[in-house]
Amino acid sequence: MGISTWRGLALVATASVLLLSACGGETGEKADAPGSGDTIKVGILHSLSGTMAISEVTVKNSELMAIDEINAKGGVLGKKLEPVIEDGASDWPTFAEKARKLIKRDKVATVFGGWTSASRKAMLPVFEAEKALLWYPVQYEGLEQSPYIYYTGATTNQQIIPGLDYLKSKGKKKIFLVGSDYVFPRTANKIIKAYAAANGMEVLGEEYTPLGHTEYGTLVSKVMSAKPDAVFNTLNGDSNVAFFKQFKAAGGTAEKLPVLSVSIAEEEVGGIGVDNIVGQPVAWNYYQTTKSPANETFVKAFKAKYGETKVTSDPMEAGYNAVHLWAESVKKAGTVEVEAVKKASDGVAIELPEGLVTIDGLTHHVYKTARIGVIQKDGLISEVWNSGKPIKPDPCLTTYSWAGSLVPNPSPCK
Amino acid sequence: MLDQLPIGLSISGALLLIALGLTFTFGQMGVINMAHGEFIMAGAYTAYMIQDFAGDQAVIVALPLAFVVAGAMGLILERVAIRRFYGRPLDTLLLTWGVSLVLQQLARDLFGAPNVNVTAPGWLEGRLTLGSVIVPYTRLFIMALAIVCVVAIWAYMNRSRQGRRMRAVMQNRELAACSGVITERVDQLTFFIGSGLAGIAGVALTLIGPIGPTLGTNYIVDAFLVVVAGGLGQLRGAVLAALALGLLNSYAEFWTDASLAKVIVFGSIVAFLQFRPQGMFVLRSRALT
Amino acid sequence: MTELLASRKVRGYALFVGVAALLLAVAPGVLDPFRLGLLAKYLCFAIAALGIGLAWGQGGMMTLGQGVFFGLGGYAMGMFLKLHDAGDGLPDFMTWSGVEELPALWEPFRSPVFAMSMVVVLPVAVAVLLGLLVFRQRVRGAYFAILSQALAAAFVIWLVGHQGLTGGTNGLTNFYDVFGMDPEEDGTQRTLYYVVVIVLGTLYLLARQLTKSRFGRLLVAVRDGEDRVRFLGYNPATVKTITFATSAAMAGIAGALYVPVVGIISPALLGVVPSLELVVAVAIGGRFALGGAILGGVLMNYAHTTLSENWAEGWTYLQGGLFILVIMLAPKGIAGLAGQLGDLAARRRTPKAPEAPTVAIKEEVPA
Repeated sequence: MGISTWRGLALVATASVLLLSACGGETGEKADAPGSGDTIKVGILHSLSGTMAISEVTVKNSELMAIDEINAKGGVLGKKLEPVIEDGASDWPTFAEKARKLIKRDKVATVFGGWTSASRKAMLPVFEAEKALLWYPVQYEGLEQSPYIYYTGATTNQQIIPGLDYLKSKGKKKIFLVGSDYVFPRTANKIIKAYAAANGMEVLGEEYTPLGHTEYGTLVSKVMSAKPDAVFNTLNGDSNVAFFKQFKAAGGTAEKLPVLSVSIAEEEVGGIGVDNIVGQPVAWNYYQTTKSPANETFVKAFKAKYGETKVTSDPMEAGYNAVHLWAESVKKAGTVEVEAVKKASDGVAIELPEGLVTIDGLTHHVYKTARIGVIQKDGLISEVWNSGKPIKPDPCLTTYSWAGSLVPNPSPCK
Repeated sequence: MLDQLPIGLSISGALLLIALGLTFTFGQMGVINMAHGEFIMAGAYTAYMIQDFAGDQAVIVALPLAFVVAGAMGLILERVAIRRFYGRPLDTLLLTWGVSLVLQQLARDLFGAPNVNVTAPGWLEGRLTLGSVIVPYTRLFIMALAIVCVVAIWAYMNRSRQGRRMRAVMQNRELAACSGVITERVDQLTFFIGSGLAGIAGVALTLIGPIGPTLGTNYIVDAFLVVVAGGLGQLRGAVLAALALGLLNSYAEFWTDASLAKVIVFGSIVAFLQFRPQGMFVLRSRALT
Repeated sequence: MTELLASRKVRGYALFVGVAALLLAVAPGVLDPFRLGLLAKYLCFAIAALGIGLAWGQGGMMTLGQGVFFGLGGYAMGMFLKLHDAGDGLPDFMTWSGVEELPALWEPFRSPVFAMSMVVVLPVAVAVLLGLLVFRQRVRGAYFAILSQALAAAFVIWLVGHQGLTGGTNGLTNFYDVFGMDPEEDGTQRTLYYVVVIVLGTLYLLARQLTKSRFGRLLVAVRDGEDRVRFLGYNPATVKTITFATSAAMAGIAGALYVPVVGIISPALLGVVPSLELVVAVAIGGRFALGGAILGGVLMNYAHTTLSENWAEGWTYLQGGLFILVIMLAPKGIAGLAGQLGDLAARRRTPKAPEAPTVAIKEEVPA
């Protein structure tokens, strides 16, 4: 009997403490309009814990490095940038929640963040409702164009289609599609199938495995017995390790059966084991080995800051670019006010590690040079082909006649 | 049709290896050890650690070492925490889940978040080609290792004095204690062996899977399902269940896809327990719960 | 003695009214809209935790698959909102998933009455089906825990694998209109917060009534000695199934409220780990008291948000360490701890009062 009353009292006490502590820290924390203080606050929102942390922490690091660089040169509009870092915890609702916090409470001028499509989709309504800016740094499945998101990674016509062009130029007619079961691989494979139909290529099979899947015995045997000329791989994360180990053990090598991957960058190679993947092609817009003056300083600075053994990769570079592109747009606009920055951003062009990057004001994507690379024995990737000049972003594939049926109606692009 | 058989068997081998340790800790002692996956991880990292000294024979050298490392971790866990929880399996589940979180973060801090790699020995490079089926030597190695472990456990349980004590304690703890068996000592040994087997599984899995801080979470649910379907504490049950689930998995994936195959496997287990709620083999007991 | 009892009863009600007043009157006044939205989210989890408290604390069924029911409720609500936004067209994710016609499964969710009833009906139906299957076969304890965990794993894989139908990993998000309100507006957050508090209060009272009833006593009896209850002529499977279904309904309602409050429902919320985290929250709050379960749900999610905001790397250590400590030192959770302390104080004050019988913690050891 006595228990319940005392327990109850304790409950009330705890609840009160909780409530008070919840509001206690809140007062006085409130900031005024973005950019009105001595510094300009910018949000950084990546997964620092959970399954995506492996990938996203490095992007956070390169974004912080870009902020340091800008601050070392006096900041933007005479003010230093002050990063506010939040953890998306590999959980999409958390991304939405933290985005709301950054915009509403911290009053940041802009946010750099996200990795997975799911995290971007979860944040999108928040940024659109609050009329705030998100810079999203990872290659993605396209078919999206939000007025409040800038996409500094590749859209499909800057990565997947050049990858297919490359396979076609190598005479690969029969391809097999392998992917993790989520939005990017499914959309990418729809594009690949439409491309194949229009270009006389044949898709022999299309297989998806759950995220985090590690048992590829059956799948590898399916691929092997279909006897394709090449595999187009959109697997993600740990699955790549299991797939390549089991593929190699079954006799799969780059010479016998090339596997073109779009989600394996310099950082992943070590975990897969160079032996298992050496010689296999990948498609990106940037490699650590990319030759440009800006890249030399980027790689040098990154290693100096985070360790000599660290490698740089495409998403990291795209995150680094995002910060510089935003800062440049702000300088041009003369204010951090969102609509003014959006107006000023069109045509902003800077020499970045991957070469000249220009913002396309209409689509909020950037012009990027497509590069096909091959994994070397030292774990780095050497370029074997590039598009020669930056490709205009076309998230809804409007310039490709065969892609008509892929674009939803009404089109998400303007 | 027949082509899938060796692939299914190779999946069974891996399943059996990850579940063997659990037949000891869960099956015999009623401890739901969610940290079992992290003991597997410890085994994998053991192979990674000694790679610098053992070169490409690391996997072989690591087998006994991983057994001891993971076993010792299990023993510590048993001594410090689990021994207070015998008879309360659900509490051990929560407790060991906390332990597994801590161990994962520890691995992240010690070895870094990205995956690492262990090079397979050169002599495991090849593959066996049976008609159109390819069975890599790594898979044969895992199957052989599973068989060796099963035989060793069987011999230990049925032929050694210690093993008989273990069975006695499992069947009737009080009576065994009355007969002079030091049940506490038996518990420690059981937990040591069960955890050590997880370490061995970890080493074997480096041949086919990723090695990272979240390695254990990939396998833990599957491992428990093998034990549940096989019947608690039943070696032959675990063997049969691993065989059945491996084959089912591979055939279901062959006919449908990997996602649906998983759903089919889970569904079959629920359906199977309708007919045999205690798993394939039951330890007969007149004890009333 | 009766006087004492009466006063205690009064105090019990006073306590409930106190917490309710704190949540209804004080919180909206002192918390800004952002924090109020967060509190609403914690309270949604508290509703699901209440269900676990009922099934596990009172009924001894440790369910590690509560995410499934949370998800069923959440998706029912999400489907309704999505269709409402889409009007005559298709929900946005279907268009980019290549779906050209609205799947038949979705069609009835246009009706708000149907969708809202599905929030409860779907979880209950699944729970009854599963309950009848497994409880009748006397699958219990650890077996049941692992089976329910496998169910959560299978459910998530299925959801993710049917992108055109469910939105895949992304789940359902981007709602523009929640029952005529703009979800991003502060006023909406406040309204939703009140709804969540009232629903939680009502469900708490219902659950409390249930545990105080004859049925509640039977349930505890089943937990502590299932076979003996069976020998007395009751059917424990029925008792367990009803309780399990009730707890599933609560999870479903929690999921349905979560959708407008947070603006998303996705498989990331429903899998093995989130389901387990809910159970752990209940364990930490105190599973034997319904209030403890609620407290755990709120406290753990609050700690998660705050600590991961300030100390992302350390959060995992702390979370893991906390579980270990609570399970080892206070198996009855915070509520139990308070009770123990209270006991001590009460004994000191009235030394002759008979000791409260300690609740035996008993679970089935697998045979």
